Amino acid sequence: MTAACDTLAAADATAVADVSVETQRAVEQFLYRQAEILDERQMDDWMGLFTEDGWYWMPAEEDQTEGDGQPNIFWEDQGLMMMRIARNTHPRAHSQAPHNRLNHVVSNVIIESENADGDVIVRSRFHCAEYFRYEIRTFSGKYRHLLKKTPDGYKIALQRVDLVNREGPYDYVLQWWL
Amino acid sequence: MTWTTEQLAGLVEPDRAHRKAYTDPEIFDLEMERIFERTWIYIGHESQVKNPGDYYLAQVGRQPVIMIRGQDGEIHVLYNRCPHRGAQICTARKGNTGNHFYCSYHAWTFELDGKLEGMPAKREYEGTNLDFDDPEFHMARPAQVDNYRGFWFANLSEGGPDLATHLGESAGAFDQLIDRAPGKETEIVGDCFRMVQQSNWKIFLENQLDSSHPGVTHESTGKAAQKLEAKIRADGEEPPMELSFLTDFARLGHDGWTKFGTVGYRNGHSSLEGYMGLRPDDPDTNEYVRRMYEAYGEEKAEEILAVDIHHMIVYPCNSVQPPLQQLRTIRPLTQDKTLTEIWHFRLKDAPEPIYRRSLAYYYMVNSPSTLINADDLFNWWKCQHGLESSASEWVSFHRKAGQDEVRDGISYSAPESMSELPLRHMMHAWRDYMTADAGAKS
Repeated sequence: MTAACDTLAAADATAVADVSVETQRAVEQFLYRQAEILDERQMDDWMGLFTEDGWYWMPAEEDQTEGDGQPNIFWEDQGLMMMRIARNTHPRAHSQAPHNRLNHVVSNVIIESENADGDVIVRSRFHCAEYFRYEIRTFSGKYRHLLKKTPDGYKIALQRVDLVNREGPYDYVLQWWL
Repeated sequence: MTWTTEQLAGLVEPDRAHRKAYTDPEIFDLEMERIFERTWIYIGHESQVKNPGDYYLAQVGRQPVIMIRGQDGEIHVLYNRCPHRGAQICTARKGNTGNHFYCSYHAWTFELDGKLEGMPAKREYEGTNLDFDDPEFHMARPAQVDNYRGFWFANLSEGGPDLATHLGESAGAFDQLIDRAPGKETEIVGDCFRMVQQSNWKIFLENQLDSSHPGVTHESTGKAAQKLEAKIRADGEEPPMELSFLTDFARLGHDGWTKFGTVGYRNGHSSLEGYMGLRPDDPDTNEYVRRMYEAYGEEKAEEILAVDIHHMIVYPCNSVQPPLQQLRTIRPLTQDKTLTEIWHFRLKDAPEPIYRRSLAYYYMVNSPSTLINADDLFNWWKCQHGLESSASEWVSFHRKAGQDEVRDGISYSAPESMSELPLRHMMHAWRDYMTADAGAKS
C-alpha cells in the first residue's frame, strides 16, 4: 500500500477549498513550472519537483486507487525517474533522434484541500501536443497532485495523471512523462 | 498486379526475402486470406470471461469476433455482426451482455451461443423465408473454434490440421504458462496494453527472436539501468532482480548473445532459449520452488522448471514468454500497421514476489511508457520506411545461413551463434502458407 495513494483516494475529488489568493497563485505557478520543465527539457530540475519518496503515476484503469503491485502506464519513484532521464538523454537512445518536443497547457486549477501544514491536493486539466517523427500527436487528461509544503516550496508526494484515452491503443510509446 | 504462386514463392530465398513481402498491400490481402483466415488464430484466455455474459472482442484476420461465456459456462466465439442488417452487436471492447445479445438497431436478440431469439413484431416474419432454426439468421460462428488448456483459438476455414496438431511443439509455451503455477492454473491480470506498430507484422515476429539486436537496440536503456543499480548499491542496498532484465542489455554487449540458441519448429513456430537466469538462489525463488515441489513432486517440478524458453513465436500471431508470464498477440491492420495486445498472467499459488517480477517486466518492457520497446518500435518504423526504397529489393538473413542443423524436421541454430535461423524459418513457412493450394481450403 502506498500512503500517498490512500490519501488521494480518500479525498473528495469534487471538493473546492476556500484558499487564499496567494496559495492559489503559488500552486498554479508550481504546476505551470512543472509543465515548462518538460516542455523545455530542463531535466536537471525535474527530480527536485518531487519529495524523496514521491511518485509519478498514470493508472491503467479508471477505478484504480493504488499504483503499487498492479499494471500502470507510469508508476515511477525517484530511482525510475533517474533511469528514464539517463536513458532518454543517452547518446544511443536512438528513438530520441530527433528529440520529441512537448507543449503543455495546464488549466482549470482547483485546490481541493489545504491542511494545517500547508499541504494541498489540487486537480487540473492539461492538453499536450507532442511533435515526434515529424508529426504532431495530442494528449489530454486530468492531473491530481498531492503537494507537500516544504521550506523549499511545494514538492510532489504523488501526481496522478488520467489520460482521456487511458486504454489506448497507443500509437507509439510515451518516452517522457506527460 | 495479381500475384501468381510462382511469383509469391520467388519472394523468399534461402537467405533473403523480397521487400515487397513487407510493403505490398496486395500481398497483405493475400496474407489475410491465406494465413490469418486459413489457420488457427489466438482469440484469448478463458480467464478473460469468467462469468456468463462476459465477453471480449478480438480480430481474426479481417474479421471482428466476440469471445463470450454462455449461460451454460461454455465459451463461444462468434462473428460480431447482426445477421439482419450487418450492424456490429458489441461495440465496447469488453463487458457483459447479460443473458442475451441485443442489437441496438432493431432489437433483434440472440442467445449467448449466437442463436436467434427474437425481435419486435416477430409475426411480421411469418410467411417469409426467415427461419429461426437456420444458422443464416444466427450470429455466425467461425468454421472451427477450439482451445488448448484454456487458450482459445479460431480458424475461419474448414479443414487443415486440428489445433493441437497445428500448435505442435509450440504448445509447450502454453503448458509452461500453466504448469509453472504451483496451483496448476494461470490467470490474466487486468486488461491488456494495446500498441500500434507502424510496421509490418512480420517485422515484429522476426524481432522477437533476433538475438543480434538487443545489445545494440537497447544499449541506452541497459546503461541507464546500470546507473540506477550503482546508485542503489551506493545507498547501501541491493538492487531488485527486476533491474537485471534491463542491465542484461548492456552487460551482454553487442555480440554477447551467442549462447542462446534458436529453434524452428513445424508450421513456422520458433523459439529463443532463455537467458535471464530466472532461478536465482534467493528466498522468494526458493519458496516458489518449494511450492512447486509440493504441488508436483521434485522430479516433475524440476522437469517443468528446466524448460527455458525466452520467447516462443506461435506462428503467425503470438509471442509467448513463459518464465515472465507475458503473451503478445498481433492483429495486423495494414501492410504497414500492426496492433499488438500485450497480456500478463498470475501463476496461482506462486509467492507474490514471483508475480512482481512478471509485473516489472510488463511495465518496463511492454507498457506504453516502456524504455525497451520505445527503441524497437522506432527500428521497425525505420525498417518499414527503408523498405519502401528500391535501393535493394532484398532483406538479408545471411547470419549463419546454411549452417543450421535439421533433425526430424526441426531446425536448430548453429552452436554459439546469433544465427538468423528464426527469420529464415518464418519466411520459409510464410512462403509455404502463401503458396499452398491457393484455390482449396487446405
